[in-house]
Amino acid sequence: MLHLFKYIKKSDWLLIIVAVFFIVLQVYLELKMPDYTRELSIIVETETASMPIVLKNGGLMLLCAVASMLSSIICAIIIARVASGFAFNIRQALFKKITGFSHNEINIFSVPSLITRTTNDVLQMQMFIAIGMQMLIKAPIMAVWAIIKISSTNVSWTLAVIISVAVIVVCVGLLISITLPKFKQIQKLTDQLNSATRENISGVRVVRAFNAEEYQEKKFEQVNSKITKTRLFTSKAMGLLSPVMTLCLNGLTLAIYWVGAILINNIKLSSYAGDVYAFSLAKANLIGDMAAFTQYSMQVVMAFMMLIMVFVILPRIIVSGNRIYDVIKTKNSIIGAASSPKTQTSGQIEFKNVGFSYSGGNEIISNISFKINKGETVAIIGATGSGKSTIINLIPRFYDVTSGQILFNGKDIKEYNLHDLRNKISLVPQTAKLFKGSVKQNIIYGSAYDEARFKKAVKISQSNFINKLKNGAESMVAQGGTNFSGGQKQRLCIARAIYKPAEIIIFDDSFSALDYKTDMLVRKGINEYLDDTTIIIVAQRIGTIMHADKIIVLDEGKIVGMGTHDELLNTCKVYKEIALSQLKEEEL
Amino acid sequence: MPPIFGGGHRRGGGTEKTDINSIKKLLKYCKAFVIPIVIALVFSVVSAITTIIGPNKISSLIDIISAGVYSLKGINMADFIRVCVQLIVLYSIGAVIGYLEQIIMAEVTQRVARKLRTDIDVKINCLPLKFFDGTTRGDVLSVVTNDIDVISQALDNTITELVNSVVLFEGVVIMMFVVNYILALVTIACSIFGFLLTFLILKKSQKYFNLRQQNLGEMNGYIEEIYTNHNIVKAFNGEGDANQNFKQINKKLYTNNWKSQAFSGLMSPLMGFTGNLSYVMIFVVGVSLALNNSAIISFGVIISFTMYARLFSQPLNSIAQSLSSVQQASAASKRVFNILESQQLPDESNKTKKLTRVKGDVEFRHVKFGYDKNKTIIKDFSAKLKHGWKVAIVGPTGAGKTTMVNLLMRFYEIDQGDILIDGVSIKDITRENVHDLFDMILQDTWLFNGTIRENLVYNKQNVTDKQLDKVTKAVGLKHFIKSLKNGYDTMLDESLSLSDGQKQQMTIARAMIKDSPLLILDEATSSVDTRTEQVIQNAMDKLTKNRTSFVIAHRLSTIRNADIILVMKDGDIIEQGNHAELLAKNGFYSELYNSQFQE
Repeated sequence: MLHLFKYIKKSDWLLIIVAVFFIVLQVYLELKMPDYTRELSIIVETETASMPIVLKNGGLMLLCAVASMLSSIICAIIIARVASGFAFNIRQALFKKITGFSHNEINIFSVPSLITRTTNDVLQMQMFIAIGMQMLIKAPIMAVWAIIKISSTNVSWTLAVIISVAVIVVCVGLLISITLPKFKQIQKLTDQLNSATRENISGVRVVRAFNAEEYQEKKFEQVNSKITKTRLFTSKAMGLLSPVMTLCLNGLTLAIYWVGAILINNIKLSSYAGDVYAFSLAKANLIGDMAAFTQYSMQVVMAFMMLIMVFVILPRIIVSGNRIYDVIKTKNSIIGAASSPKTQTSGQIEFKNVGFSYSGGNEIISNISFKINKGETVAIIGATGSGKSTIINLIPRFYDVTSGQILFNGKDIKEYNLHDLRNKISLVPQTAKLFKGSVKQNIIYGSAYDEARFKKAVKISQSNFINKLKNGAESMVAQGGTNFSGGQKQRLCIARAIYKPAEIIIFDDSFSALDYKTDMLVRKGINEYLDDTTIIIVAQRIGTIMHADKIIVLDEGKIVGMGTHDELLNTCKVYKEIALSQLKEEEL
Repeated sequence: MPPIFGGGHRRGGGTEKTDINSIKKLLKYCKAFVIPIVIALVFSVVSAITTIIGPNKISSLIDIISAGVYSLKGINMADFIRVCVQLIVLYSIGAVIGYLEQIIMAEVTQRVARKLRTDIDVKINCLPLKFFDGTTRGDVLSVVTNDIDVISQALDNTITELVNSVVLFEGVVIMMFVVNYILALVTIACSIFGFLLTFLILKKSQKYFNLRQQNLGEMNGYIEEIYTNHNIVKAFNGEGDANQNFKQINKKLYTNNWKSQAFSGLMSPLMGFTGNLSYVMIFVVGVSLALNNSAIISFGVIISFTMYARLFSQPLNSIAQSLSSVQQASAASKRVFNILESQQLPDESNKTKKLTRVKGDVEFRHVKFGYDKNKTIIKDFSAKLKHGWKVAIVGPTGAGKTTMVNLLMRFYEIDQGDILIDGVSIKDITRENVHDLFDMILQDTWLFNGTIRENLVYNKQNVTDKQLDKVTKAVGLKHFIKSLKNGYDTMLDESLSLSDGQKQQMTIARAMIKDSPLLILDEATSSVDTRTEQVIQNAMDKLTKNRTSFVIAHRLSTIRNADIILVMKDGDIIEQGNHAELLAKNGFYSELYNSQFQE
């Protein structure tokens, strides 16, 4: 985690040194002020003072207060800048790292976790640097310095301070160690409460259909009563904190006075050889010490309180820091070549004995070999889990093959620059994915605007509905595309894939969300207008793919049939099974 | 009340009224706890009084010490100890009473929160489905967790804190003026000066805090989008673009971040300074008064005033805090009571008619319906369906096929016309009775965290393992379940994820156990592979046997074999008849059907 500190800029380190200087100054000034209290107290007690002396001491004390305020303001500003700059740099680094990740790395962390790492964890660290660091530096200096000052005054007083600090530290420590696990439990119970409610709402139709309202309520009540009990416990435990603290602090003050009273009474007139004035002055000095001492002792207590706070939040910060560092230190497993080879052909892809498995597991696909030439339409069909999507994901190198080779225009895809390779391959994902922005921005995503191409893409993908929108192609797409229906979203994704001037377009089961008619119209358009483009279609419906130039049938990661619809009906059992489950014999 | 607190109220002239309203509702809700609350309030007053008396006693303590300075006998230890003991008793009472008050309020708060949660959960089950179509799930969830938390925190602190602070504030002011009015004025002036300072800063910083919050939201949205659309970003080489955009958002966040951070960093030095300022001022003014006439001001008084200065600004702070938490609580309770007061399903306890054994004849008689009263989508639908029929509902995506489910199950009430089962209007029997008559299998397979058994048996009593075996065998799950270590008692959670097909099999098995005479079935097939599909299809076929079944059909074989097909478009049923009839009609259905075989 300490590696993360390299994201603090060099110039910011200088600022931090300045901040530390001001913190030391602050501590010095804050510990200087009780000295003036002492002076003022003695003045009051001895009745010898004149107004100028009072004003002088008061003025100096006020000066200390102003200087201390200014130095802590300077500190606050410096640290705010440093902390925010640190957060900025880390976020930048994280985002860049993560957008560069291949699917493998994304899967290791999972998307929701990566999101919280980029946002919440960074925020936690920033807050800690902004608030915790200052305390972490100030508190020990303050504690040590104040104790040194104290211990030179009187042993009994020092003892009183040490005892009450010890009591406070032990009490607070105990309370925190008892309640902290309970607070974690509450977090979990809140999640359960959430999921109980979510369950009830998301299944509202089922719950009602089964007349199971009471059943659900009972389940909810269980969590509800657990969370109530736990919260009661923590409230009652934490409720102790303030009375105990107040009692300790009041007790400390009282103890200081008590000790002071005894000390004063221990001063004997005889030891001043009967000089009443010197005798009284010695007593007044003690009262001054006492007044100053109450202030010192408060500062010691405060310093320890700060330390406790820091140590309570520190473990969480370390966790956040490690979560961030885990991402940053992860190496990207897929890196392209610096430049791409020159090729004779275009739009041609060939699998040679390709196998793939996730990090040493069983092979998901094995021994896959096929060749697709420019302009061909090839379909891949098979059960879920048969490896269709895996084959698709290997082509733009979302994953790398674990055995065998994929050739693009005759050269291994690993010899290409990643950017170049992906420029030549377009893709429609299985689930429609859109970005916040205008419809137009979504369709031309990743390329520059070209009117003719844009119109063509809209036409082929049956996305004409965008012209009926209030602002046409400039209409806004909400985050996640929630303001469009599933079919519309999928059509926009198809438009985006067609707009990109690629040699190959991959349709990853993209037609299931479309009704039969739209499905047909889109395929018709593709045949008409994209004659030169190689098309790879993954599909579930036989109707979608039966006219493809070549159909590849997958079963459990292996190719069990390859050919045209008519050929496969006669040669491939799996294909026939699939076909029969969807169509009548005479329709085939 | 100091002017500081006016700021929050001035803006929302209109909302203030409703705020008070929801606070009133909240208080009414706490009515059952009136006695403990009153006791807590009394305790809180007592503890405030002990706090006020404290410095006064300290003052006499110090005066006893001071008196010893010039006396040859030294300090009168008997007097000193007497006051010390008084103080110890006072502090102890304060601590104990204060803690008791906290315990009582914790009990009250947690019970109110618990009751609120229970009431909302029960309410959820009494709300018409319309409510959920109009509200997002997140909204309701945030009420159950966040809003009730806000309310309970406010209750926990605010009520007693407010009373405590007011008593403390008034007590301290009175005390100070009684002891010495000049020092009292000095103390108050210093505190108000400090408050004005912090108020100005707060006001200035608010802007940056709001902007920062906005930036954070924007950033979260952007990150979520890019991370979830990762494969598109990669495939279309959008990384460069994304990094650029992110940097812009990040820069904005940085600026507002450090500014808001710096402003909030100013608060504590300023507060510290105010404290020191009043300390010095009390000393200087106190000493100068003492020099003029030492009888009025003793050293004890000066020390006690430094304590009062702290006690004076403390209640002001907590009143400000309480008011802001009252504001938050009012907004939260508004949302809570919005749900609690939503119109719920009409009570049906007066309906005595009950359908138990039904044949399964279903009739739609001039049904008219619209989700929106002003927008009728089903205009006039009539159909007589014989028992045992298979009714296929077809139409393009978004044609409103689930509307039929909603009406049959009485999730929504029809506007005009009637639906009859065995000649009895479903309006004449209770909703529960209607639900009992139907088995329902929806496309969104709904399973909950619990064991396989709990999910299958769901709300049915006395289901034996034998029955479970029979049903799971029928849907093709038995082998899988038996292969699990704990069999039917295996928990369904993150550790065991079922495939989409298995989930669908589970819901079919659940429906089989319920075993109702009528069936509603949403054929979900796109996510399931061919072989499982075959198994599920067989299971569904078994289920439809001898039952009147309504099938939202995606599969051509189902459609062709249906006794009647209802063709839906734009929410309405536009054609009905069997496959051959509809093809002959050459209408929307035949267009839909033929489209998939065209090249």
